[in-house]
Amino acid sequence: MAFDAQAPRKFNVVGTRVARPDGIDKVTGKAAYGADISAPGMLHGRILRSPHAHARIISIDTSEAEKLAGVKAVVIGTDLAMPQDAGFADVAINCLARDKVLYDGHAVAAVAATSKAIAKQAIRLIKVDYEILPHVTDVDAAMQPDAPVVHEGRALENVPAGMSQNVTTYCQFGHGDLDAGFAKADKIVERSFKTAATHQGYIEPQACMASLGSDGRGEVWCCTQGQYMVRANCAAVLGVEESQLRITASEIGGGFGGKTSTFIEPVALALSRKSGKPVKIVMTRAEVLKATGPTISASMDIKIGMTKEGRITAARGELRYSGGAYPNETVDMGAQAAFAAYDLAAVETVGWNAMTNRPKEIPYRAPGAPTSIYAVESVVDELCQELGLDPLDVRLMNAARKGTLSSYGPTFTDIGLVATLEAAKAHPHYSAPLGPNQGRGLSCGFWFNFGGNTCVSLNINDDGTVGVVEGNPDIGGSRASISMMAAEELGVPYDKVRTVIADTSSLGFNDITDGSRVTFAVGLATIKAARAAIAEMCRRVAKIWGIDEEAVLWEDGYAKPAGPNAGEHPPMSLAEIAAIAGNTGGPIAGHHEVNADGAGVSFGVHLCDTEVDRETGAVKILRYTVFQDAGKAVHPDYVEGQMQGGAVQGIGWALNEEYVYGEDGCLQNPAFLDYRIPVASDLPPIETVILEIPNPGHPYGVRGVGETPIVPPLAAVSNAVSRAAGVRMTELPMSPPRLLKAMMG
Amino acid sequence: MVRVKLWGSLRALADGEEWVEVEASNFKELLDQLVIKHPGLAPQIKRGVSLALDGVIYREAWFTQIGPENEVILMPYMVGG
Repeated sequence: MAFDAQAPRKFNVVGTRVARPDGIDKVTGKAAYGADISAPGMLHGRILRSPHAHARIISIDTSEAEKLAGVKAVVIGTDLAMPQDAGFADVAINCLARDKVLYDGHAVAAVAATSKAIAKQAIRLIKVDYEILPHVTDVDAAMQPDAPVVHEGRALENVPAGMSQNVTTYCQFGHGDLDAGFAKADKIVERSFKTAATHQGYIEPQACMASLGSDGRGEVWCCTQGQYMVRANCAAVLGVEESQLRITASEIGGGFGGKTSTFIEPVALALSRKSGKPVKIVMTRAEVLKATGPTISASMDIKIGMTKEGRITAARGELRYSGGAYPNETVDMGAQAAFAAYDLAAVETVGWNAMTNRPKEIPYRAPGAPTSIYAVESVVDELCQELGLDPLDVRLMNAARKGTLSSYGPTFTDIGLVATLEAAKAHPHYSAPLGPNQGRGLSCGFWFNFGGNTCVSLNINDDGTVGVVEGNPDIGGSRASISMMAAEELGVPYDKVRTVIADTSSLGFNDITDGSRVTFAVGLATIKAARAAIAEMCRRVAKIWGIDEEAVLWEDGYAKPAGPNAGEHPPMSLAEIAAIAGNTGGPIAGHHEVNADGAGVSFGVHLCDTEVDRETGAVKILRYTVFQDAGKAVHPDYVEGQMQGGAVQGIGWALNEEYVYGEDGCLQNPAFLDYRIPVASDLPPIETVILEIPNPGHPYGVRGVGETPIVPPLAAVSNAVSRAAGVRMTELPMSPPRLLKAMMG
Repeated sequence: MVRVKLWGSLRALADGEEWVEVEASNFKELLDQLVIKHPGLAPQIKRGVSLALDGVIYREAWFTQIGPENEVILMPYMVGG
């Protein structure tokens, strides 16, 4: 795609803090989430899940469940198709296991019944004969040659022979002479780190209502980050054509990457096909935690050399990630991101993924980056401590900037890291005094961002209002941002524009809402669609005025003569043109379809002050400030919300959140009582500083903001705790028992 | 000719080469030529790759023009959350 060459402009709507379009619905309970959709004659689905971490399924006897009054259908793995494509096949066997169960909570069978109580009773009547197999839940153990094998034959072609079959992915990035670099260092620190798997922790559990007839036509209503992804997965797993499935995304109660796959929709469709009735499935919180993807768990080794002045001479990282029971390539992203903030003459990052008997990893904001950058930023901080250097000055000295050969390959163009670091240095937070048992932590963060496949239709209504139809569920305020960009381009007030999310039969394909892509890519497509509509309106007005269409310009919502040679014509507003559209050629609309590129990478810097209780190991977050290059902030409230939300999720990851497995390989804490996410009383106000460094790849300079904010908090908090406690922490979460043990030596 | 840089773990599948020269004027031609020159790269290219052109990352844009003056870097396919 050609990048927009538009000169910098003054904005009227973009950059303001208009009322959010979903606010009233959400606070009054009117918003319809996945579980709020019902249909006449609807059945309730319930899923039987494995109680074992790893077991062969010898037999499944559903006869007693089928006899229970009120039960209308029972399905098992063989009721789903087995797609040839490995990715779709993984979706199928994750929705309903076939030969083996691969983790505690893996779905085995499902029931549709006339009530929730009957469905619950029915799944207890299903008899599954298991042969229990050895299991492995730790990534380092899973990489051992004699480890229990989760799947056979899934290693990619570049994985060296002789490793455990659990190892599926190998990657390596970098440049320069490491030995020479380390030889120049005055100080070398080498540390090993571990991070626990954490869940995205969205408020709304997965829920869907599905109907599939004997004619092969189906409908699904569900909470998802991508209705087209749901359609593709369901079509493959049910063996039906995509055109026969219409998927509608409900309002969504959080996603953070966790709703970029399907777990229950194909099961509900299979139950519906068998029963002839619509089937609704709503996951419990325990099911969400046990069977929908957490992020990766990680084990990492980092080695960095530094001169006494603070210049990094060489850096190496080895990452071992586990994405649960299926192959994934998240480690590619973590390895590329690990050292991205630094201008390094010699750097290498090696990454491995190993399968374990854990649920399938699903992306979680900036997948792979928070963990690797946590480890790198921890070692940088330790070097600063050891050498008596200011950690912010050291980062400024080594910061990647325009012209830096990045650690993952390309040479950086214009990037905002230095500006972000300078903003942090100038902020009062950085120079504020600290008390006893208090420490200040700092971390840089990085994420790639991307654009992707996007369709937008923009309709000029006959009353002069505007409808925008886009295909990405709104998980972070995109309906407001898209309406604002449409209003800006058309020159009409924001409240004249309404943006809706289309179902899969109403608009062309859109990639899922991920990669911090929607405000960037859908915004870009909306602007181009608006320009197409403007061009059409100018053509209509040119006909009315009897002049060439090039002699009509669009300004502040009006078609105007382009100059004196165009003649004297009173400007025509969008509403005036819309009102006579039927007379001038029919309805007016603009469309744009694009696979958007040029999203532009993003950097952030987080500052965190903590206080450590030396008697209990508890950590209090005293102050937290987020600095981020956000490009043009379309709606600053939402941008700040993304920055604050990422910080809070990262604080939880750093301090408390953890998948705890017992010796039996079963999850010990599948409830929010034991899986502790931060709540408001745990947190100070999260301060934010938005830096608006325009992205040249977008007409308004927009850059993705949703993922970068979760990258720095792990290290920012860990560095603050390590300085406050006087001991370097190398494992997350830093729960009170773990911190207490570290402080006691 | 266009020079494209392979990331480290791909090099074993390309006779150890870090930089590969191919005759190509756009990304599709580049990917096609890479597979012809180094068939071991085919599985990765089929799974998906990104390409950085002068520092800007493209995920799938086959017909983006490239030339000998451009910095062209092969990267894994970007994923996000």
